[in-house]
Amino acid sequence: MNINEFKMTVDSRSVNEGFTRTAVAAFTAQLDPTLEEINDIKTAVSEAVTNCIVHGYKNSVGKIFITVRIKSESAVLITIKDRGAGIEDIKKAREPLFTTGGSDRAGLGFSVMESFTDRLTVRSAVGRGTTVTLYKRIFGRAK
Amino acid sequence: MGVKTEFQDDTLYCYLSGEIDHHQSFAIRLEIDDKIENSRPKTTILDFTDVTFMDSSGIGLVMGRYKLCSQYDGSLTVCGLSDSAYKVMKLAGLSNIASIKKGGIKNEHK
Repeated sequence: MNINEFKMTVDSRSVNEGFTRTAVAAFTAQLDPTLEEINDIKTAVSEAVTNCIVHGYKNSVGKIFITVRIKSESAVLITIKDRGAGIEDIKKAREPLFTTGGSDRAGLGFSVMESFTDRLTVRSAVGRGTTVTLYKRIFGRAK
Repeated sequence: MGVKTEFQDDTLYCYLSGEIDHHQSFAIRLEIDDKIENSRPKTTILDFTDVTFMDSSGIGLVMGRYKLCSQYDGSLTVCGLSDSAYKVMKLAGLSNIASIKKGGIKNEHK
């Protein structure tokens, strides 16, 4: 069951990276998170959306589907999905420093998502796309 | 938003500002690389004091600039990191290649 839900679809253009992380953070603000928690969410979402743009839709522009679900007074579930290239070897992709994105990509996207949230799930099928789910507990300022 | 650079006494100061993500880092990278290649500084300082957001693109930015500086026997210093930017940098173990400080240099320099 969800207390509240927000969905959006954006084109996989890099200019939308800033908008999407800010929108997700703004929706999560109803849980009264700390500044650090908000920053963690923004950073993790930024990594996931960037992956859709850089890897999922490498040579094209496609749709990125984002759903934010407030699960309780202290938890949020964020799903970021593309219908792009998909990941051949998820285990390898999640290894720190592994990248197929060239010398200026650090290969730390999944590591950042992992350490800035409480749970990261990656589902993917080659040629069909990737779904990243981020679960974050919000302890907030007042709770 | 972006980066302002200043070259003085063999040192290249790069004052970064705004949000550093995959979208923004492209132009920043071009600007800094151009300055490094033209001035071949002994020391390059990346000052993150005015950066309001940073994801792992910031790590790519530091790693790439480190490689370029090394080609010209220069060193790299990263400073002015916010708590959250520091958290990202720490993940990458960047302290092995660059000197990383939390405080900025802006005030003492200007």
